Amino acid sequence: MTLSQQMITIGCIVLATMLTRFLPFLLYPEHKKVPDYIVYLGQVLPGAIFGMLVIYCLKDVRLLTGSHGIPEFISIGVVVILHLWKRQMLISIAGGVICFMVLVQMFF
Amino acid sequence: MKKREIHRKAIQCAFPYTIPIFAGFWFLGITYGILMDASGFSCWYPMFMSLTIFAGSMEFVAVNLLMGHFFPLQAFFMALMINARHIFYGISMLEKYRGTGWKKFYLIFGMCDESFSINYTADIPQDVDRGWFMFYVTLFNHFYWFSGATLGGIFGSMIQFNTEGLDFVMTAMFVVIFMEQWLKDQDHSSAFIGLAVSLICLLVFKAKYFIIPSMIMILLMITLKKYKGEKQ
Repeated sequence: MTLSQQMITIGCIVLATMLTRFLPFLLYPEHKKVPDYIVYLGQVLPGAIFGMLVIYCLKDVRLLTGSHGIPEFISIGVVVILHLWKRQMLISIAGGVICFMVLVQMFF
Repeated sequence: MKKREIHRKAIQCAFPYTIPIFAGFWFLGITYGILMDASGFSCWYPMFMSLTIFAGSMEFVAVNLLMGHFFPLQAFFMALMINARHIFYGISMLEKYRGTGWKKFYLIFGMCDESFSINYTADIPQDVDRGWFMFYVTLFNHFYWFSGATLGGIFGSMIQFNTEGLDFVMTAMFVVIFMEQWLKDQDHSSAFIGLAVSLICLLVFKAKYFIIPSMIMILLMITLKKYKGEKQ
């Protein structure tokens, strides 16, 4: 990407992010009622979106070649176990990252 | 109350609430800065992006987007979908942000997950100005993220250790966020929809193009689920 293409990409991200933050305040200035469908989306969308983001992170994993995604799956296991055990976001993330870095740098 | 007194009280009340965010944002912000540096971007990128985007998870995704093909529409829609939850924060804050004057613009601009969580839940004492309290919470969080990302971006070029695998921080972060949401939700069907639909779309449309079809399918599926639920 050229510099101007990068700036356009960043600009699109800023614009979309600001749109999501300002939209409700533009649509519902005072006590205007929020439609049921929007309230419903607010409740169920996050679970699905975070699921999608987990898959997004793993999109470049190749199961048939290279390390077969083994470091990824072991490290995700570490994150899950740490998080169920301590439920401290920073510990779970740090533990998973350290595990992954050790695996890819020393064993795979 | 004098103006200085208002600020002092708001800062004194707001700061303690932001200490855990400080730890989290420096850890993730520095990692983000280092990742940007390791990906070949100068420290101006994390500085500029942490100031203007101020949405942590999106900025990690942005590293990948900036390294891929030029596809601004996908960047726009990804940011829209990833940050779609902010729409619902906004709906919850409609009432609380009212009457905060010019500060309202900045409060909405800086409404990341953490600022929202504090401003939505904090018990603000009677003698502390609500508007300034929420302003300082947002400002401190914004500053932690900006300074962390900047330090990571500058410091990243000096460190000599092997950073291979550091990008796993994004995967780990989303696994944790996914789990937090899972533990909160009574009904896990939307989490299953998110995982399954994305996985199928990834296999069908391949890594480069699967996000937008996944988003459309997820919206369709959870809309269908609502009407099916209403019929029963």
